[in-house]
Amino acid sequence: MIEFIIRRVAQAMLVLFVMTLLVFFGVHVIGNPVYIFASSECTRECLDEIMANLGLDLPIWQQYLMFLGNLAEGDLGKSFTFGVPAMSLIWERFPATLELATASLAIAVAVGLPLGLYAGMRPDSLVSRAIMGFSMLGFSVPIFWIGLIFILTFSVRLGWLPSVGRGQTVQVFGVPVSVLTRDGLAHLVMPAFTLSLIMMSMVIRLTRAGMREVLHADYIRFARASGVRERRVIGLHAMKNILIPVVTVLGMEFASVIAFAVVTESIFSWPGVGKMLIDAIAVLDRPLIVAYLIFVVVMFVTINLCVDILYSLLDPRVRVGGGGP
Amino acid sequence: MTGARLAAAHQARRRFLRGFLAVPSAAIALVVFVAMCTAALIAPWIAPQDPYDLTQVSIMDNLLPPGTEAWSGMTHWLGTDGQGRDMLSAMLYGLRISLLVGILSGLIALAIGTLVGLVAAFRGGWLDAVLMRIVDLQLSFPTILVALILLVILGRGVDKIIIALVVVQWAYFARTVRGVALVESARDYVEAARGLRLGAMRILFLHVLPNCLPTMLVIATIQMAQAISLEATLSFLGVGLPPTRPSLGLLIANGFNFLQSGRWWISVLPGVVLLVLIVSVNVLGDRMREILNPHLRR
Amino acid sequence: MIRLALALVTSAMLAAAPALAQNVLTIGVRSEAATLDPHWTQLSADLQVQEHIFEHLVDLDSASQPVPGLAVSWAPLSDTLWEFKLREGVTWHDGTPFTADDVIFSFDRLAAGIAGAPASPAFTLAKGGKVWTRVDDLTVHITTNGPYPTVAEDLAMVPIVARHAAEGVTPSVDFNSGKAAIGTGPFMFEEFSPGNRVSVVKNPGWWGGDPGWDRVVFRPVGQDAARLAALLNGDVDLIDYPPTVDLPQIEANPNFRVSTIPSDRLIYVILSYRHQEAYIKDAAGNTIFPNPIRDWRVRRAMSLGIDRAAIRDRIMGGASEPTRNIVPPGFFGYVDELQPDAYDPDEAKRLLAAAGYPDGFSITFQGPNDRYINDARIIEAIAQMWTRIGIRTEVDTMPRNIYFSELIRGAPETFPGFDMPKFSVALTGWGTVAGEATYTVSGTLETYNAATGGGNGNFGRYSNVYVDALSIRAKQTIDRDARLALLKEATRIGMEDYAYIPIHFQVNKWAMRAGLEHSPRTNERTLAWEVRRVQ
Repeated sequence: MIEFIIRRVAQAMLVLFVMTLLVFFGVHVIGNPVYIFASSECTRECLDEIMANLGLDLPIWQQYLMFLGNLAEGDLGKSFTFGVPAMSLIWERFPATLELATASLAIAVAVGLPLGLYAGMRPDSLVSRAIMGFSMLGFSVPIFWIGLIFILTFSVRLGWLPSVGRGQTVQVFGVPVSVLTRDGLAHLVMPAFTLSLIMMSMVIRLTRAGMREVLHADYIRFARASGVRERRVIGLHAMKNILIPVVTVLGMEFASVIAFAVVTESIFSWPGVGKMLIDAIAVLDRPLIVAYLIFVVVMFVTINLCVDILYSLLDPRVRVGGGGP
Repeated sequence: MTGARLAAAHQARRRFLRGFLAVPSAAIALVVFVAMCTAALIAPWIAPQDPYDLTQVSIMDNLLPPGTEAWSGMTHWLGTDGQGRDMLSAMLYGLRISLLVGILSGLIALAIGTLVGLVAAFRGGWLDAVLMRIVDLQLSFPTILVALILLVILGRGVDKIIIALVVVQWAYFARTVRGVALVESARDYVEAARGLRLGAMRILFLHVLPNCLPTMLVIATIQMAQAISLEATLSFLGVGLPPTRPSLGLLIANGFNFLQSGRWWISVLPGVVLLVLIVSVNVLGDRMREILNPHLRR
Repeated sequence: MIRLALALVTSAMLAAAPALAQNVLTIGVRSEAATLDPHWTQLSADLQVQEHIFEHLVDLDSASQPVPGLAVSWAPLSDTLWEFKLREGVTWHDGTPFTADDVIFSFDRLAAGIAGAPASPAFTLAKGGKVWTRVDDLTVHITTNGPYPTVAEDLAMVPIVARHAAEGVTPSVDFNSGKAAIGTGPFMFEEFSPGNRVSVVKNPGWWGGDPGWDRVVFRPVGQDAARLAALLNGDVDLIDYPPTVDLPQIEANPNFRVSTIPSDRLIYVILSYRHQEAYIKDAAGNTIFPNPIRDWRVRRAMSLGIDRAAIRDRIMGGASEPTRNIVPPGFFGYVDELQPDAYDPDEAKRLLAAAGYPDGFSITFQGPNDRYINDARIIEAIAQMWTRIGIRTEVDTMPRNIYFSELIRGAPETFPGFDMPKFSVALTGWGTVAGEATYTVSGTLETYNAATGGGNGNFGRYSNVYVDALSIRAKQTIDRDARLALLKEATRIGMEDYAYIPIHFQVNKWAMRAGLEHSPRTNERTLAWEVRRVQ
């Protein structure tokens, strides 16, 4: 187990290195942020001064070495735009993204699981077909488009929900959370639902497939034959086996939900890290872009690791890594 | 090939097709998909206007609702967009680009992925380990983020977006092909071929590869739907395609800003076309999986 | 455990219940403010929020003309010495009196350089070789290294921070936390939560009187459609940059109002004057020698070929003012005789034929797609129009992060010490921030000279000795009337020569709910005390 974790971490470091290299040089090639920030009256001399101030006057490899040096000390640099350590900006905004992603995960499971179970139990009913059709749509609709349609319908036409930003937050153990206030919930509903669509479709399909498979399995037949009530059969015996693939896939998808939040956040002006990334790209705020990506890589590696471990707990047949005797 | 084998293959194909079309939704999806591909292919001949020819497009005709007659005397059955492009023509050409991006990136990714998967499966050992580590890493990153960063660095253009989509897709193919190839390699006929001392390449491409094809076809279809949707999303985020030659996704994104003022046709029409396209591809993929993957056929 | 958590949560909810402020203005802004350090950048998004807290010695009125701010008066004592008299009885938000020491401290802070700041106003402060001295608590002297007329205009760009609050603090960070965000302005720091909201509360002791609102909240909403949606459903009271396509509908809706003023931002087409241009080609695809743009008839044809009224009506939703001037009406240096070219494609074709291009030529027209209002759409429209007169135009639009690097410095392999803009024909904009044309003439029309800063924004490398002579003299003329005459003459020569092709001034619009009245300003800033309730 430990060897497995160490190997994973080592891999992550390698990815991190390659990625920083690529992004660092890539962003450098695109252009120079100074030209965006400087006023139109800024002369060549003034531009050069700003570049020196930001450390952009050095050869790019030298900049990269300095960056690596600072990184080794845990310093990811300061955002050009904000003048604040990039990492602190990410920590400031990450709770909002995490909340959005968690909420959409919850919606996906809360809606997707029952629908999937139903569709799996009565595969040929009309309702099941409708459910499967819906899941097909959920896979296919580009989320930016559905987000806008929601805004137009629920906030402009009907006036039910606010369309912009995050609502009132409260501090829970030092982290701002918005699900606990009415205002916060109202702001959260639309973006979270939009973001949940893809996952919801996935949950529906996985649950349905699992259900169909399980219903034919011997142990379920046996349970039924021995007079266990249907509810108990589904609720206990079937459920456990259905949940394994669902949990695995959701765990892996959670990372990509956080990434897809980039789109949702920019439509709903949700103040999370995704929107910050888009803004940072627009002005080539390199420290912020690089810091975000490093953050994301670390997060993904952690999540994948957790999924692997969780998976092994849910299904004792699987042993992580196979490192043990 | 002997005549008997040919006939058998022919029959298998017919059986496949009949099984495929037994489900009405799949039949409809196939018809829709073929119709869309045809329309995209012959767009230059059926489109009322060449939306890329600036002498045919006039800003004075912009934002016309569907069915309006323009100054030039031309009737825009589906209206015009913010630049005065005929929506019907823009959508036909946009469909062309969306399909081109989806299919081409899928095929290239398929080729690369297949090669990597076969090599990994057949050579095994350290090469397999290294290749699969790379695949794992690639798959652990969310596609949208990788594509977004790549396109920021690469810039705009159809070629660039195809590159980005290939980069995010090849690993799926590689992993699946390797899996199938491993199973196939253990089969008797491969053992037999090995026994006959046939070359590795020959076994790989003549015997193992054809047996991987059904699975690859399924994944390719699903990936194509994803690629088209991803391209639309990236266009919305402002990377990918140049605005002068819009894909369906870019048309939707451009029309986005006209929705509130009641010019629904600029965004909704391409949105519907894109939706129908992706749904039909997904339905096809689903049906193919049901038929080709016996495990799920009940 | 659960009970404990619940208790924590409920108490937190109670604590977070919003203070009862009846008089709140919520503004939906296109770009978020990144910092409250007023010396950090010169981006409008930052400045407009900062200006609620910090002030300048010299304010700008709605037409960007200098008016008294923290200085009540100023005058040149000689060609090179200016005296600024400071306002009496002004206090900082924490009650400390404002004095000349704060002014000197602010200037010194900038002059010393702020580590990591991407665009401090230090450059503006340094122009003309300014040196500042404290005479007494309410008097500051500025000397320049030669006759320099625009000292007051420059100082309108330099915010004054409090010495006692800002000395020794970490730039940006300590301002954002509120520690150093102590100003003299009409509002005081309340909350800075970037990406979500920035809020300020009324400064009851402001020298300017009652700013009208108890609390002002800025919420960034980048997507145009979403920003409008936020206004329509009541999330915000007022938005900047309402989407131009929706303007007619908002204006017709009795529940909303729109305020309007021409902006100082000129949108124009840069023409490049090198002997051979990479993006100007003949039918066979070879670059044309000599560059056709060097022919006045071609330049005039290109201008006559643009239907500015169509751009205004069809793309800008009416929110543009076609022009041939370089500063908007009301600005120092506006030339009445320069009227926008009327659309005349036939004359344009005739001129092209006369210049030796009866079949036209091919160009690539470049520009940004995320910088100016409808920039990419304007470029596409102009491309259509030029193609009609025979100049076959390819469009190449790009994000501003790429565009400006290539516009200003071009390819990296250019001569060391010389910038070589990349584009042959490009769309760009120029804002005349200080309400007068001196630096617009010098920046865009003067021959490029890296040493003096002349022609700093002359990206086509236009060069005309008459314009140069007039512009350089204007920069050293203190007398306003004489300077005005020089500026007008330089503008007239440059524009009649089609140094570049002006399209329009953007027109600033704000949309708000009915019951509000906004007196808009030329420089695009949204200031809460200029918004009032009406019946």
